[in-house]
Amino acid sequence: MSIIIAQNLSKVYPVSVKEPGIKGTITHFFRRTYRQIKAVQDVSFEIAPGEVVGFLGPNGAGKTTTLKMLTGLIYPSSGKLKVAGHVPFRRQESFLQKITLVMGQKQQLIWDLPALDSLKINAAVYKIPDQEFQQRLGELTEMLSLEGKLTQPVRKLSLGERMKAELLAALIHRPQVLFLDEPTLGLDVNAQVGVRDFLRDYNLRYQATVLLTSHYMADITALCQRVLLIHHGKLMYDGSLDQLLEKFAPYREIHLELARPLSKDQLMAYGDVKRVDGRTVYFMVQQEALTRTVSSILADLEVIDLTVTEPPVEEVIRQVFQAGFIK
Amino acid sequence: MKDLLRKTLTLLSVYYAYMVEYRSELILWVLSGSLPIILMGVWIQAAQGGQFGLTSVGFARYFLAVFIVRQVTTVWVIYEFEKEIVEGKLSPRLLQPLDPVWHHVASHIAERGARMPFAILLVVLFFVLYPQAFWLPNLTNLLLFTLALVLAFALRFLIQYTFAMFAFWTERATAVENFWFLFYLFLSGMIAPLKVFPEPVRAVVLWTPFPYMINFPASLLVGLPVNVFQGFLSIVGWFLVFLVLNRWLWRLGLKRYSGMGA
Repeated sequence: MSIIIAQNLSKVYPVSVKEPGIKGTITHFFRRTYRQIKAVQDVSFEIAPGEVVGFLGPNGAGKTTTLKMLTGLIYPSSGKLKVAGHVPFRRQESFLQKITLVMGQKQQLIWDLPALDSLKINAAVYKIPDQEFQQRLGELTEMLSLEGKLTQPVRKLSLGERMKAELLAALIHRPQVLFLDEPTLGLDVNAQVGVRDFLRDYNLRYQATVLLTSHYMADITALCQRVLLIHHGKLMYDGSLDQLLEKFAPYREIHLELARPLSKDQLMAYGDVKRVDGRTVYFMVQQEALTRTVSSILADLEVIDLTVTEPPVEEVIRQVFQAGFIK
Repeated sequence: MKDLLRKTLTLLSVYYAYMVEYRSELILWVLSGSLPIILMGVWIQAAQGGQFGLTSVGFARYFLAVFIVRQVTTVWVIYEFEKEIVEGKLSPRLLQPLDPVWHHVASHIAERGARMPFAILLVVLFFVLYPQAFWLPNLTNLLLFTLALVLAFALRFLIQYTFAMFAFWTERATAVENFWFLFYLFLSGMIAPLKVFPEPVRAVVLWTPFPYMINFPASLLVGLPVNVFQGFLSIVGWFLVFLVLNRWLWRLGLKRYSGMGA
């Protein structure tokens, strides 16, 4: 039984268009022209309880719009949607109790007060009994290493601490379904790892379902078994990340250090030479041919060092979006 | 019931803490409500030179009452709401099982609590400087005044919150409020008590919601003659009209809401 079901989901926005310059401004004042922007088109997917799914796409691909429809913030233009057994846009209390949305660039905590004050409001609003609240607070504070931070005004916290406090506020009602929009935006590497570890923990501990967007591929590779690729509002791919990489990047890079320099022509026999730099050579090799190529290189040439690397995930994803389709 | 009480108390205590964070601004806010005191001076001068239906002391008391009413009924929800819409901050609020309006109501009420000491201090200072104007309203009038004051705040809040709904469409809903404020300024009794209005004008004004937000409670406090029954009926009537309008616009607005910038 899926916890998230989206069928042929679409969202069309009217956006007013203005020509530059004073003439455009005057025309804009008297007669507005609108263009229909198809932010999301005919997107369908299902997510099972406990799954962690990454939602990938370039800026403006329709990720946030989809998340907003899933949480009931905006009204879909067409299509069917069910999250945790509810129609999101009705925003019934039983639905809101089960979900949360964390937006990396939007805060719910009151800026000038300690986070604890905002958390007290959340406890009252979500009807969390006092004892239960204290216990969850202790647990989440420890998981997020926020000890001693919750009594300081939010504006005095570092960006990373603030993000973690936001997560705490978003999770204090222990939602089953987490929608995370860029939860690690702007954080340094340590803080990113902290948030990532926490999300993995939370997912395991409470079997929560997570749908997450991020521009940091490390978030996706660390957390998600499955990814949804969205581009120009359309779903391009739905499946495991590994399969996507296999499919789209079936090559490896060989980095070779030779005992003495060889010409490019001499090296061509072994594979696609990307670059020769004195005694250093970079090859691109099909994955099936990898073992064969490496053994013949080692047999024929005088090699000092050899490393095989996978192409970076960012690179692969970039290529997918550039091509605009999946082979 | 217990949950409701807990929500109320939590919201009020947190927003009180929030308001107290801005102590110095609060004093300025209180002082920025001194327009009635300035007008008091103008009218006292005028009363000394001609017949206006009120004596100098009468004007002094009336405008002091206006000052008190303004302190309690000042509303800024439209500015906050517009900001929430434009910056997409409404989104996290919408995801909580509590109508976002209660955050605004709580912050307004809490602010009253935080500003009251300063306002009371000013009232005391006024009587020290102008002891002839001192009076004690009778108990009935005081109770009626209190009720009218609370309702006047509720009505003013609701009307402004209804205009705030236009933010779903225009992104500059405050323009509507600024236009409305002009009428509010002249017709509510803030510039002049309704008693000095020409009779036909007063008859028309009494059909609008404006005089019930200032003139009505202020008159009750200083003991000027008002139609109590008609006054309360009008407040409740206008409240219901704007409540229906507000909920209708809220529902329509949410369908339009695209969480701009969120």
